[in-house]
Amino acid sequence: MHRYLVSRVLLVFPTLLGAAALVFILMRLIPGDICLVRLGSGGTSFSAAALAACHAEIGIDRPWWLQFLDFIWGLARFDFGTSMWSGKPVIQEIASRFPVSLEVAVMATLIAIAIAIPLGTISALKQNTWIDLAVRTFSIAGIATPSFWLGIMSILLVLDLTQAISGHPWMPSIDYVPLWKDPIRNLSIVMLPAITVGYRYAAVSMRMTRSAMLEVLREDYIRTARAKGLLEKIVINRHALKNALLPVVTVIGIEFAFLIGGLVVTEQVFNLNGIGRLMVLSVQNQDYTLTQALVMLVVTIAIVSNMLVDLFYAWLDPRIRLA
Amino acid sequence: MTIAAPTPTGTAVFADDRIPPRGVVASTIRFVRRQPVGSIGIVLVALFGFAGLFADFLAPYNPTANDFTAMTEAPSWAHWLGTDQLGRDILSRILFGARTAFVVGLTSALVGGFSGLVLGVGSAYFGGRIDLVLQRLLDILMSFPLIIMALAVVSIFGTGVHNVIAAITIPLIPRCARVVRSSALAIREVPYVDAARALGFSHSRIILAHMVPNVVAPFLIMLTSFVGQAILAEASLSYLGLGVQEPVAAWGLMLQGGAEEYASTAPWIAVFPGLAIMLTVFGINLFGDALRDVLDPKLRER
Repeated sequence: MHRYLVSRVLLVFPTLLGAAALVFILMRLIPGDICLVRLGSGGTSFSAAALAACHAEIGIDRPWWLQFLDFIWGLARFDFGTSMWSGKPVIQEIASRFPVSLEVAVMATLIAIAIAIPLGTISALKQNTWIDLAVRTFSIAGIATPSFWLGIMSILLVLDLTQAISGHPWMPSIDYVPLWKDPIRNLSIVMLPAITVGYRYAAVSMRMTRSAMLEVLREDYIRTARAKGLLEKIVINRHALKNALLPVVTVIGIEFAFLIGGLVVTEQVFNLNGIGRLMVLSVQNQDYTLTQALVMLVVTIAIVSNMLVDLFYAWLDPRIRLA
Repeated sequence: MTIAAPTPTGTAVFADDRIPPRGVVASTIRFVRRQPVGSIGIVLVALFGFAGLFADFLAPYNPTANDFTAMTEAPSWAHWLGTDQLGRDILSRILFGARTAFVVGLTSALVGGFSGLVLGVGSAYFGGRIDLVLQRLLDILMSFPLIIMALAVVSIFGTGVHNVIAAITIPLIPRCARVVRSSALAIREVPYVDAARALGFSHSRIILAHMVPNVVAPFLIMLTSFVGQAILAEASLSYLGLGVQEPVAAWGLMLQGGAEEYASTAPWIAVFPGLAIMLTVFGINLFGDALRDVLDPKLRER
């Protein structure tokens, strides 16, 4: 176990380094010179000396390998430089927006688990009945529905419902407040985005739960458990579900990383000031330092959650860590 | 060991089991009966595919023509699905949007899928150091969520249909390569591949003639899901203003800006393009599920 644990954790670093190299290359491939944009934006002419001075200021006159080492050294110290657009430190820009994104992501995960596991199990138990068909349709629709459209539709629904009930349309405010300060207001902001993202997430996990359950229900030990007269509830919960959850956990873990990517679109719909919206803004503003840092953040979350899934899997299934 | 000549009863049993040749109509009925849900999927995909292919003839209006005398009009006989804030006919834009969606979806899925197929099978076949290095590279690429990678590519190449296709294709490659590799690894150890190697066949012949046909089933299933994913990704990018640009008709673009602004007064602007995306991807996924049932006999009974 220890050997597997150590080697799996160590594998994270070359992957992170590779991802950083890729981000570095991608950012250098973006056409145009940042200094030309900076200096030329006023419409005035500028001297070659001013251009060189600007290059020296942001350090792009140095050899590329030095720039790369500097970038990696910065990452290691959580120093991402300053935003080219707002002039504030990147870390500050991200830190003020990360909580709302994280809360939506965590809430969406909880919603997904709460929907996926019971529905997936029922669907497997009632295989090929109308219940199964309804659950499967619900889940395929979840994968097919664009989350931003679902967002627009749910906003529309809330507006219409509140209009019908109280006479004037109501929308939750968009100023984020932490959960511990004003729980009701916080939830009213986060709930809709979480449901919107959570639906797709639930759909993917539901399909996995169903197929894993179907596989497990055909195992000999389930027949044995039934044959010795155990209550059906115990057979399902203790014997079947426990074993079927292994692949479901994997899907939930992997999808969590992609959830952060999905937030890029959802936050735009709900006007949430999170990292997804920040990323779209930074791409539109060609704010390279900020884009670079945000991509690294999302990629790091993906790599680390993949590692956690692998470790959890190994802990649950001895065949992996001993192989 | 001797091989017995087929007995009369043996041939009779065999003849009974044989699938009799059928006409197109009969086999269609058979498919619909076995895969009712998958058939609905095929109908949906065919419907939108047809719309995209013949948009020029089907669309009642020019999809890019503004009509300032008919702005944000509700669905009527003149405009079946209403008009948007610039007076453009929504039905016409949805028909032409189907073309954009399928062009982007199919191109990205095919190019990404086939590149992944080559990489995946190659990686499994050559094994050793090549496999190790390639897998680590794919690990790195896979750690970029699809939409994030697409955003990065768009910021390099710029927006527009061609760049959106590139932006969606690139992240699909490692995902395909990963799945194909794991199927191909199992086949690499099969005796007939050893035999082909012993006969001195070239690498490309072994890969193309002996390994690729065996990974076709998972590959095709993945390819259909890629088309759906690519259509969703295109819609998302266009919605963010980083994909297909005006005045090209695209479903994601139709939901941008005006759709949200006018959502409560003119809901048809927001409702119909979203429904088009949903129904198309829904159809593709239903078709993909049916395809999996047909191609993977192990799953048939489930």
